[in-house]
Amino acid sequence: MVKFMREIKAALITEKVKELFLKISYEIGDDVLCSLKEGKDKEISPIGKAILEEIIENDTLAAKERMAVCQDTGMAVVFAEVGQEVHITGGDFQEAINQGVREAYGQGYLRKSVVSDPLFERKNTQDNTPAVIYTDIVAGGGIKLAATAKGFGSENMSRLKMLTPADGQQGVLDFIVETVSLAGPNPCPPLVVGVCVGGTMDKAAQLAKKATMRHLGFSNPDPRYQALEEKALALINETGIGPGGLGGLTTGLAVHIDWYPTHIAGLPVAVNICCHAVRHDTVEI
Amino acid sequence: MAEVKRIQTPLTKDVAAGLRAGDRVLISGIIYTGRDAAHKRLVALLEEGKELPVDIRNQIIYYVGPAPAPPGKAIGSAGPTSSYRMDRYAPVLIEKGLTGMIGKGLRGPAVIEAMKAHQAVYFAATGGAAVVIAQSIISQEIIAYEDLGTEAIHRLEVKDFPVIVAIDSQGNNLYETGRKEYQGKGNHSNI
Repeated sequence: MVKFMREIKAALITEKVKELFLKISYEIGDDVLCSLKEGKDKEISPIGKAILEEIIENDTLAAKERMAVCQDTGMAVVFAEVGQEVHITGGDFQEAINQGVREAYGQGYLRKSVVSDPLFERKNTQDNTPAVIYTDIVAGGGIKLAATAKGFGSENMSRLKMLTPADGQQGVLDFIVETVSLAGPNPCPPLVVGVCVGGTMDKAAQLAKKATMRHLGFSNPDPRYQALEEKALALINETGIGPGGLGGLTTGLAVHIDWYPTHIAGLPVAVNICCHAVRHDTVEI
Repeated sequence: MAEVKRIQTPLTKDVAAGLRAGDRVLISGIIYTGRDAAHKRLVALLEEGKELPVDIRNQIIYYVGPAPAPPGKAIGSAGPTSSYRMDRYAPVLIEKGLTGMIGKGLRGPAVIEAMKAHQAVYFAATGGAAVVIAQSIISQEIIAYEDLGTEAIHRLEVKDFPVIVAIDSQGNNLYETGRKEYQGKGNHSNI
């Protein structure tokens, strides 16, 4: 329990956000690289194996050359947990985050992919802002920022459905596999699939995004959900879609399922698809 | 796996017609970039009966929006974008002589019909292999629609640009045949 108000400068938040986006854009995590290598070793399709080798070479080269892993450097998404004992000084919290995004994309040779009005003008904002920012006020005196740079090849293949409680586990499983199957080669497989079951329509979508940001190799701590994750991954890898969608066994690297309490009448399920360039990291201030 | 074929642009219909789904190909020469916004303008010009800013006969369009070039590099990361978004525009460009498209992911039936009718080919580049691909791009120059930024039409000089023939001029489709070949082959014990 923090007894005193802790002051954190907005400029420090900007600096940390900038560092986060530069790092995730150039350096794919070891968790993803390990998973890609495992996939490559198991892949029986010669083209699939060659594509996985190309992706591993790409990710290694990107870190070495300080170039973006993928030219779609994504829309910036930040999940912030702000301790209630924190007092932010010298600027506005949201603007501090957007300034970090602006500096990372501007100075880091990252592509600016955000347009302002989505329907009429579609005018590029030229600095990749605004970011999508979710803020939770939590106990304590620190700030935790989890960032992802979300590419839209995979975002466009994501889906949400309001199931009925009677649809149950099988309904959830069917919807996940159907979503991956319909997406086929478009979202740049192998994929990381983020799922949230429960909540409201919007909460499910938000937590499905957060589920894509879970470190690979970590399951849902509840063994029932862990079993569902494993089953979904196995079924996805039976679709034949494979690396690059040109056929093979490695369609998914991981399925991450999280949940939130929901209404007696509902069973929302959101499936957020992410490509193999799953760029995520966390910083604590 | 099939041996690697090397082709030089411009891509004639004869050469395009000789490529088969599943062929690994290295492309050298000049190719052009174009995404949604540039395609929309090109097709609008054709509808008005006007000249295109580039002669697309026997040419290849690469669906890409590159990242800015860091100092000392010819181009930034430059992997393919999803091709289906260009499906509305591709058939008319194929009719006008476009022989190759590079992108990733599925194409609609109208595009495949136009490819069959006019001996065009659709190449898949690996989505997310943006740095590997950038290494095969020697130079870039914006030739039209500079106001579109990353979506402007760029003229790229490439050497050994790595692609796989996804759909050939006979309509053979590796996205379908490849998927079918490996469907149900995972042998996961926990299903």
